[in-house]
Amino acid sequence: MKKKTLFDKIWDAHVVESIPNGPDILYIDKHLIHEVTSPQAFNELKEREIPVFRPEQIVATADHNTPTENQHLPVKDLLSRKQLKELSQNCEENNITLYGLGHPYNGIVHVMAPELGITQPGMTIVCGDSHTSTHGAFGTIAFGIGTSQVSQVFASQCLLVEKPKKLRVNVNGKLKKGVLPKDVILYIISKLGTNSGTGYFCEYAGNVFEEMSMEGRMTVCNMSIEMGARGGLIAPDETTFEYVKGREFAPKGLEFENQLEYWKTLKSDEGAEFDKEYTFEAEDIEPMITYGTNPGMGIKLTGSIPTEGNKSDAKALAYMDFKPGETLLEKPINYIFIGSCTNSRIEDFRVAASYIKGKQKAENVNALIVPGSRQVAAQIKEEGLDKVFEEAGFKLRQPGCSACLAMNDDKIPEGEYCVSTSNRNFEGRQGQGSRTILASPLTAAATAVAGKITDFTKSLN
Amino acid sequence: MEKFITLIDTAVPLDSENVDTDQIIPARFLKATDKAGFGENLFRDWRFKKDGSKNEDFILNDPKYKGSILVAGNNFGCGSSREHAAWAIKAYGFKAVVSSYFADIFKGNALNNGVLPVQVSPEFLEKLFTAINLNPAQEIQIDLEKQQIEIKGTDLKENFDIDPYKKTCLINGYDDIDFLVSKLDSIKKFEEKNVSKKHPEAQM
Ligand code: SF4
Repeated sequence: MKKKTLFDKIWDAHVVESIPNGPDILYIDKHLIHEVTSPQAFNELKEREIPVFRPEQIVATADHNTPTENQHLPVKDLLSRKQLKELSQNCEENNITLYGLGHPYNGIVHVMAPELGITQPGMTIVCGDSHTSTHGAFGTIAFGIGTSQVSQVFASQCLLVEKPKKLRVNVNGKLKKGVLPKDVILYIISKLGTNSGTGYFCEYAGNVFEEMSMEGRMTVCNMSIEMGARGGLIAPDETTFEYVKGREFAPKGLEFENQLEYWKTLKSDEGAEFDKEYTFEAEDIEPMITYGTNPGMGIKLTGSIPTEGNKSDAKALAYMDFKPGETLLEKPINYIFIGSCTNSRIEDFRVAASYIKGKQKAENVNALIVPGSRQVAAQIKEEGLDKVFEEAGFKLRQPGCSACLAMNDDKIPEGEYCVSTSNRNFEGRQGQGSRTILASPLTAAATAVAGKITDFTKSLN
Repeated sequence: MEKFITLIDTAVPLDSENVDTDQIIPARFLKATDKAGFGENLFRDWRFKKDGSKNEDFILNDPKYKGSILVAGNNFGCGSSREHAAWAIKAYGFKAVVSSYFADIFKGNALNNGVLPVQVSPEFLEKLFTAINLNPAQEIQIDLEKQQIEIKGTDLKENFDIDPYKKTCLINGYDDIDFLVSKLDSIKKFEEKNVSKKHPEAQM
């Protein structure tokens, strides 16, 4: 029998039909939607008078375009309000479950679905959002799609897609103190570049990922798209099963046991072939920051900006107002953002709070601390982390995408630097003229306390 | 969808690499609930200065360059999955984008909207930039049937790849929804069969 990768196993189990010389018809188990990329898809269907085929396999949330303060009040921005209203109407008309603003299950789509047990191993999941790759942490084929594809899934619960090639990234060894999953993925992208994964689905393997929590694995898989890959995935194991078990929409009782049998088969066969493979040593990884305008432009926190670059690199440095050869240590920073589907889960706040505890926020720093979901927000309270933040001078916001893409009021002003736990440092991503430095929640917390970029690793015990 | 067969036109050279979808259409323009009006905001923050005046240095504002072909640097369309990027490019009037590399999702989105992504070798891309910069009135021919791009009046040409299924769709103006809806019976059969997938012991 041909040896299969984890990716092959899931993909092949979902192919309805292969079109000769063409794409596969891939069956989609779960379709997640949000307010920004769905309205035109609903319209398309309406115009063609096609019904939504499997509404019970769709889950909706409002996250991209929502305020992070006063969520109980009507949304001030009229266009945003209209977009949210359209989502509610479309969901209602089509019998789709919506966890809208204010619902206890509301949150960023890639945070709420896993924590509700909607995301399960072996599934195919799509969403009109590129960071759908996050769900791959469960051993799931999950990828972002465009709005035309959203309408295709509405119409048929399937997609026409060519099977991507397979890439494997191995990281083995022991991570240094202060190195978080975010640093691991920023390191990988800085080594491989932003288009190394184009056309591929990436499996992450090695003891570093095996020992990672689900939250950490989600952070890693989330950023697969930043190296160009459609998605990333990690073989499900005890950590995964333990996480899924007992969650709201996870299978229960005998059904869980049956599923578990199947989930346990979901790993790459020994000797299965990958089209490309890279291996890194955990010991080489240090806390990372980015200095440019794409996520591949990363260096270690204590490193300096490379002196060799092309025209595009020079343009990026000009935008960031950095110089080749410069170190970012001691750079004053006025904004930090802890949030986004990359780093807004409970663990991210635990690690930030544990650093902040007993310290004070620097005067010059404006901090946006935004949980990924209502459930995360509730857990922060339960664990008393909100007190830690408050005592240090930080205020917690309400959940949403927030300053990750600055569609709402949470914007970084022109010319200002923001050390951000989000996933993209593109020009203007956090507001027109804003300058984003991507980092882990620990680095962001340390920056907030110091008021500048600082080598916090020295103070870790 | 409009049919795409052969395109002969002048081109706009956007010599930047890693043009991401946040530049193509910034997030603040994603609040719309229909597909209209995105052309005005294509490359908004590069085309216009903060005070709303035109940025004369940006290539789209250079009256020398016109046409429905956008020639761009490596790794075009990376970043978010927003199809708004493809809508903006189409609404502005581009029918084809040429680059040495396209991000996956953008490529699919473009194809789904009848905008042809033409992937050429880095060497050919250089030749295109040189030819257009030398002569902004230089015509480029893109022949989808032959899968060939040519700098008119020269012997410089190159073949490009396209998924045969997508090619048929573009040439005929079909789209994927029509096709998938025609397959609903097999999809239902697949669903029935796969109830058992959840219970692997039943298959053994
Ligand atoms: S947090 Fe950012 S990256 Fe994640 S879904 Fe929201 S906008 Fe997209």
